[in-house]
Amino acid sequence: MKSVNDLKPGQLGIVDKIICEKSLRRRIADMGIIPGALIIMKRIAPFGDPIQINVQGSDISIRKSEAENIKIKERK
Amino acid sequence: MSTFTPIKEKNLSTVKSKNLKVALVGNPNCGKTTLFNKLTGSNQHVGNWPGVTVEKKEGFLKFKNMTIDVLDLPGIYSLSPYSSEEIITRTCLLEDDPDLIINIIDATVLERNLYLTTQLLELQKPMIVAFNMIDIVEKKGDLIDYRKFRSELNVPIIPISANKGTGIKELLDLAIEHIVNKDKPIIKKIYEDKIEDVISKIENELNSGFSLSRVKREISLRWLAIKLFENDEMILKKINLSRSQKENIRLYESVISLPEHMDAQMLIADQRYRYIYKLCKNAVKRKNTPEHITLTDKIDRVVTNKFLAVPIFALIMILTFYITFGPIGSFFRTEFEFFIKDILGGNISNLLMNLGASEWTKSLIAGGIIEGVGSVISFLPQVVILFTLLSILEDSGYMARAAFITDKLLRKVGLSGRAFVPLLMGFGCTVPAVLGTRILEKENDKKLTILMIPFMSCSAKMPVYAMFIGALFKEHQVLVISSIYLLGILMAIFTAAIFKKPVLKGKTSSFLMELPEYRFPNFKNLCMHVGERVKDFVVKAGTILLVATIVIWFLQSFNFNLQMVLDRRDSILASFGMTIAPIFSICGFGDWRAAVSLLSGLIAKESVISTIAVLYGTGGLACTSQVIMDQFSVISAYAFMVFVLLYTPCIAALSAIHKEFKSFKWTAIAVIYQLTLAWLVSAIVYQLGTFIYNVV
Repeated sequence: MKSVNDLKPGQLGIVDKIICEKSLRRRIADMGIIPGALIIMKRIAPFGDPIQINVQGSDISIRKSEAENIKIKERK
Repeated sequence: MSTFTPIKEKNLSTVKSKNLKVALVGNPNCGKTTLFNKLTGSNQHVGNWPGVTVEKKEGFLKFKNMTIDVLDLPGIYSLSPYSSEEIITRTCLLEDDPDLIINIIDATVLERNLYLTTQLLELQKPMIVAFNMIDIVEKKGDLIDYRKFRSELNVPIIPISANKGTGIKELLDLAIEHIVNKDKPIIKKIYEDKIEDVISKIENELNSGFSLSRVKREISLRWLAIKLFENDEMILKKINLSRSQKENIRLYESVISLPEHMDAQMLIADQRYRYIYKLCKNAVKRKNTPEHITLTDKIDRVVTNKFLAVPIFALIMILTFYITFGPIGSFFRTEFEFFIKDILGGNISNLLMNLGASEWTKSLIAGGIIEGVGSVISFLPQVVILFTLLSILEDSGYMARAAFITDKLLRKVGLSGRAFVPLLMGFGCTVPAVLGTRILEKENDKKLTILMIPFMSCSAKMPVYAMFIGALFKEHQVLVISSIYLLGILMAIFTAAIFKKPVLKGKTSSFLMELPEYRFPNFKNLCMHVGERVKDFVVKAGTILLVATIVIWFLQSFNFNLQMVLDRRDSILASFGMTIAPIFSICGFGDWRAAVSLLSGLIAKESVISTIAVLYGTGGLACTSQVIMDQFSVISAYAFMVFVLLYTPCIAALSAIHKEFKSFKWTAIAVIYQLTLAWLVSAIVYQLGTFIYNVV
């Protein structure tokens, strides 16, 4: 299953599932990252981590280890 | 629902008796503090990164003969709190019971902000919603249909721009009207029928009685029911339910079947967002698609570019120091110092002479106060420059990017990029930086960051370096000052490495952080922020430093028999200083005056300079410089600066550290560690420096 990390800068994806422990999932959800939300991969930080994504109209930085939990499906 | 006409006087009299409490609630970085400042005329610090407000702040405002108590609360994304500052907000909403909630929304990120709104509405307290940043929304070309939002959410909504100051009066009118009428939001069923059914069943169960610790006032049963449905741990801990109640609730909940990787919390979140999507689809017309490349994107492409990010970051830091300590800052300082000491001080001395003042008065005023306080005041221009530059960085939105860039590096020492902001603030002042660690989610991260912050050389230590560098390192000013700051950073990293493994166990926290849009620093904000710092500085010079200087002057002018001494070596201070001075011999500054000045630095770091000026000086800048040149070698001066850099911060900072540690043990560990480290490193610098010097 593809995760946000598999998106290349500029690519889009739709959140399918968030698979991780409860408190982190809650935090992710509160930032607007929930199943069905559109995610745009913006860029990767200079040292390779974290990444910058756009969701619900705002830019959010998230670590790759955390983004790995956000599974996506391709946008139709 | 929302008429902005001022309310009639006779209504007012009913509520006049007590102060009204209004709480500002919203997402981080949505403009709460800007609005707070606009409303109360106070000047709380505003920055362009999430988490500027970490404490509940209170201000007052007079409006139509009423005194309103305004609470500025830390930003939250939802009513399920994680970090200590978010808990402050929820606790305040539940326990302080404000008369009105003003929910501030960043209208440029509507969906996510409304997510909090849907939760706040469930509290069923009087509430109005302010759609902030409408000027930016207009600039983007988006159209918001406020009527649709009003009728759908059943809450008064008012468009404002806290930054530009538009809509504020209307907001106040509406707020007061609302408090008077005590209008509560009408319940809006936004969840699926099946879930609504469970929620109302839990509500009924609660109706049969329960107690919630520390929450005395009325609380919305619906909100509580939803929280129980979500299995909110903090609420579960606080609430007292009978066994049968618990069992019944479990039974109701079992009706809802959850798909894999979903839990009740996620289900509720999902439902809320679904509702919001539908609402926004109807009520908002956006000009651009989410893929649209904004100016912020363009700046980010350069600023966080793989190859450019680090050079740009380094350049910004070097430029900051270059402007502050290089020719520009030095020019202002020299001019200012000339004015304070030679013109002002000279005139006062002449005046005293003409008045025929006694010897000790002249000594106190010219040799004590002007010399001591004057030396500190003359660094004001440089402090202003450094603070202005740091504020610009903060206000523009670059700080959050710096955290984004440095996260990976900070993780190596066990921290998250979030810790970067308080660490950077440490260059300004340790006190707000230490309080700023509340944005960190985990207690261990917080401790580690607090241990590191004092090594980020604060602006009060700057005059000490500037004075020594001015006297002994004229040729390489920027190089020497940079090396001091760099050493501080290295020591902070070293500290993290030491304390990370054995003492502070635990996983590193997450790094979900909003990267706000860049904005042009607001000139008024900037002035307010810098003005505040200048005021602090001047007040400190006029109070603590003045007293310290007088005490130092007294102790160095008199002996134990309270007779004025001719030779300072016979004074009270000297005999005291001489007993502690030997400790510093190995560091190259075993002179009693150096020891005493370091001691006085515990009151305030600027005091090191005023004490040196009083103890060594005989008037005028050139003289102090000359004395420093006579008393210190290049190596011992550097070792002295290193000691000042690393040793225990001032009392104000220590009390902030203690407040955040909430433990005597940890405060003691920090102090002992700082003193030992300062002494060791300074000794190594001196001994190694001398060794190399002798060999070469």
